[in-house]
Amino acid sequence: MTSSAGAPSVAPELAPDGDASSPPRRRRSSAWFLLLPGALWLVAFFLTPMVQLVATSLYDPSGSEETGYAMTWAWGNYVDALDFYLEPFVRGFAYSAIATALCLVIGYPLAYAIAFKAGRWKNLMLVLVIAPFFTSFLVRTLAWKLILSDNGFVVGIAKTLGLIADDGRLLATGFAVVAGLTYNFLPFMVLPLYVSLEKIDHRLIEAAGDLYSSPAQGFRKVTLPLSMPGVVAGTLLTFIPSAGDFINAQLLGDTTTQMIGNVIESRFEVGDYPAAAALSVTLMVLIVAMVAIYIRRAGTEELL
Amino acid sequence: MPADPVSGAPPPGDLQLLSLTKRFGEFTAVDDLDLVVPAGSFFALLGPSGCGKTTTLRMVAGLEVPTTGEVRLGEQDITWAKPYKRPVNTVFQSYALFPHLTVYENVAFGLRRQGRKEVTEPVRDMLRLVELESFGARKPAQLSGGQQQRVALARALINQPQVLLLDEPLGALDLKLRRQMQIELKSIQGEVGTTFVHVTHDQEEAMTMADTIAVMHRGVIEQMGSPAELYESPRTTFVANFLGQSNLVPCAINGRDGGDLVIDAQGALVRMPAERAQVHQGKAWLGVRPEKIILGSPGEDLPGNSLGEARIVDVSFVGVSTQYLVRTSWGQELMAFEQNTGARPLMRAGDQVHVRFAGAHAFLLDHDQDARAGVDEDSAA
Amino acid sequence: MIRLGRWVSDHAIMAIGAVVLAYMFVPIVIVVLMSFNRPASRSAYTLDAFTLDNWLHPCEPEGLCSSLVTSMQIGLLATFASTVLGTLMAFALVRHSFRGRAATNVVIFLPMASPEVVMGASLLALFVSVGFGGVLGFWTILVAHIMFCLSFVVVTVRARLQGMDSRLEQAAMDLYATEAQAFWRVTFPLVFPGILSAALLAFALSFDDFIITNFNSGQTTTFPMFVWGAAQRDVPMQINVVGTAMFALAVVAVLSGEMLRRRRERVQ
Repeated sequence: MTSSAGAPSVAPELAPDGDASSPPRRRRSSAWFLLLPGALWLVAFFLTPMVQLVATSLYDPSGSEETGYAMTWAWGNYVDALDFYLEPFVRGFAYSAIATALCLVIGYPLAYAIAFKAGRWKNLMLVLVIAPFFTSFLVRTLAWKLILSDNGFVVGIAKTLGLIADDGRLLATGFAVVAGLTYNFLPFMVLPLYVSLEKIDHRLIEAAGDLYSSPAQGFRKVTLPLSMPGVVAGTLLTFIPSAGDFINAQLLGDTTTQMIGNVIESRFEVGDYPAAAALSVTLMVLIVAMVAIYIRRAGTEELL
Repeated sequence: MPADPVSGAPPPGDLQLLSLTKRFGEFTAVDDLDLVVPAGSFFALLGPSGCGKTTTLRMVAGLEVPTTGEVRLGEQDITWAKPYKRPVNTVFQSYALFPHLTVYENVAFGLRRQGRKEVTEPVRDMLRLVELESFGARKPAQLSGGQQQRVALARALINQPQVLLLDEPLGALDLKLRRQMQIELKSIQGEVGTTFVHVTHDQEEAMTMADTIAVMHRGVIEQMGSPAELYESPRTTFVANFLGQSNLVPCAINGRDGGDLVIDAQGALVRMPAERAQVHQGKAWLGVRPEKIILGSPGEDLPGNSLGEARIVDVSFVGVSTQYLVRTSWGQELMAFEQNTGARPLMRAGDQVHVRFAGAHAFLLDHDQDARAGVDEDSAA
Repeated sequence: MIRLGRWVSDHAIMAIGAVVLAYMFVPIVIVVLMSFNRPASRSAYTLDAFTLDNWLHPCEPEGLCSSLVTSMQIGLLATFASTVLGTLMAFALVRHSFRGRAATNVVIFLPMASPEVVMGASLLALFVSVGFGGVLGFWTILVAHIMFCLSFVVVTVRARLQGMDSRLEQAAMDLYATEAQAFWRVTFPLVFPGILSAALLAFALSFDDFIITNFNSGQTTTFPMFVWGAAQRDVPMQINVVGTAMFALAVVAVLSGEMLRRRRERVQ
């Protein structure tokens, strides 16, 4: 064996297995062996479908499952889809935005308490945050249906307090849908918030206090900015799934509270693939654009 | 494959590095390095961070592959041998103890990998050597820094390597513990007789422990020798500044007078032995260590060379000694340390003094070198 | 007075946290109660009278238990496949440098940033366009589940691997372990907790998925799909039995894991 790196000596003791006198092979290819199966899976069943979705969105809208679909570059599908379904689009984004804001407002104190105040209860509290989510998403949402039902205690209390009219209801309203979204995606807010709060060196907050910050100022000037990565991650992890959700709107709302997810689902159900695809692509593009702008504004590119 | 390092090992040989070079892309970390570490010695590779000392160590350990050059151990070429096929073990920086294994299993790891069935005895002996007999069942996380350091040492030494590599082994310890471990390490080395190659950026640590020190800078060895040799006769400005402190006075060599060089140091004519000079004509740096400078009262008649009168600008009392900063007539600031023997009264800032030194303690360096090389490097004081 | 104010402000945030936690458990309480409920009529989804019937006859509603079995099968297979593929990818990403790494990271990130409805719809669009529209079912669900679990596995294992000191492997090789020994004796035991949590996460995601499954299921019914179908008609109380049992199982698993960990720590 000769060395390719200018060390031609062959030590007799070391030569037999050829290891010592020649440079080890650089097995860069092994990275590809490790990567390839999973990467191919994602290309085949995530990227390709996305391309196919875009293609489908440009099919002749008059096609059907029986007659097949023809590629006619029908950009009009987008115009039609937005024309017909602008309202669920706007509604869906609005509901998701409200739910995300609510998650942030109620999730932040919880994450803060776990990170800084829980002491030896920290692990238990973390388990408790996740535990409810071992119960099926749908089963939980059905439980909310019961909680918010017309003769349930929440409506009863709300009526007593005069928050809703005597014949008013919560179920099948936007309120119920937003409540469902908020509840279902809360852990996605709490966990990233907790992670980034946990990382904060507590001495920084003490230093702020030492430098004449009131607790409120210390929070606003030190804790909150340092927890921004968690806020960004949490809001994205909450907003994205809720913007595409249709379960809450279906189980807790009615026809007037439909979100864009409901429309996409029902369009696919009836075989109106081009319209459904056009709506999906629009939703995806909007979300990707919002995520990109949001991440850039928040200055937390390392999130990726 | 090298013979079993535990049983029937060939007699330990010198560690030789021949034209060893390591490039990372454009950056040359180690540049055509030649080095012989005699078997059984305590050898230190000293240099600031990024000087290539750790890369050199990793090439000896087999964790890095040289770009060109050779690593030999006695008669064996181990340049391309896998790390697990070399009779060389490493004490890693911050130890790299296996967190999921007990202290006992950490120490037994190397023996087990070599197929040794009976490990109880040697592990117990080794734990005794590092005074951790009762800690075998603990996990590394449950030990103090100094204890972890000793486990790392035991884990490597138990394999009876021909060469033990220590990569900043004491860097994570506090000062007091570091001093104590320095002495312990040295005595363990004396006991086992293994070649120790110790990488550090701490000049004091290197001087305390090593028989031989190689000072590395920018991928090359600047100077190699015993601690005293390096300190008393540095050959480059980098070594002069990195090992201890030096006053470097710009000067010109006037000529030779017998065994001495006659030098014009800013108007003062001084003499020093020619063998202590790296250059013999033209411009040069005249180097004098601060403790070799003698500050006398003006007019006081003292032996040695005179650098003329100077004014004290700063006085730091540090207990065993007093450190003076003086400004010479040509405006340079020199450091002078004086032992607090009580024989002489303390001087005060503003006092006029006469600066003297003995020629036999001075050194003369190449004027082309940067007088500030190594001054602000991270050598721990 | 000042002391009281201080106590309140110290504990206020904890109190709010506790209230939020309690809120998270409200539906769980309802689910548990409903699992013991005998509804007044088949179509009434309200609390009425106590019974053990639902627990004694969990499989009574037609299709419930078969849907559970289907979900289990898909969950286990998807967990296995995505954990293996994802772990390999995580190793490649952390331990190797290669061109296209940034692109790979984007491809891994995207499924987590995409609304499920879009992923489900796009997979359906693909299956239909390649003529698989008629064979939607168990296998297409499995393909989809492996896809969306994969990214979460990669991210989880990668985090664990990145937190691991790569010098530990070097130390192992320095101590006469071959590459394979270094992997199985040092790397794997240290990464294993990460792989395990990735697998649990994958199973939970797969078992609970409705949206993507719904698009690609054909005639096959998973448990969430059974619940969805039931919600359109009348909801059998037994789904609450399943919900309660899953909750209890998970809590027991987590708590016993925690207890095991504590005991192991105390022994040492």
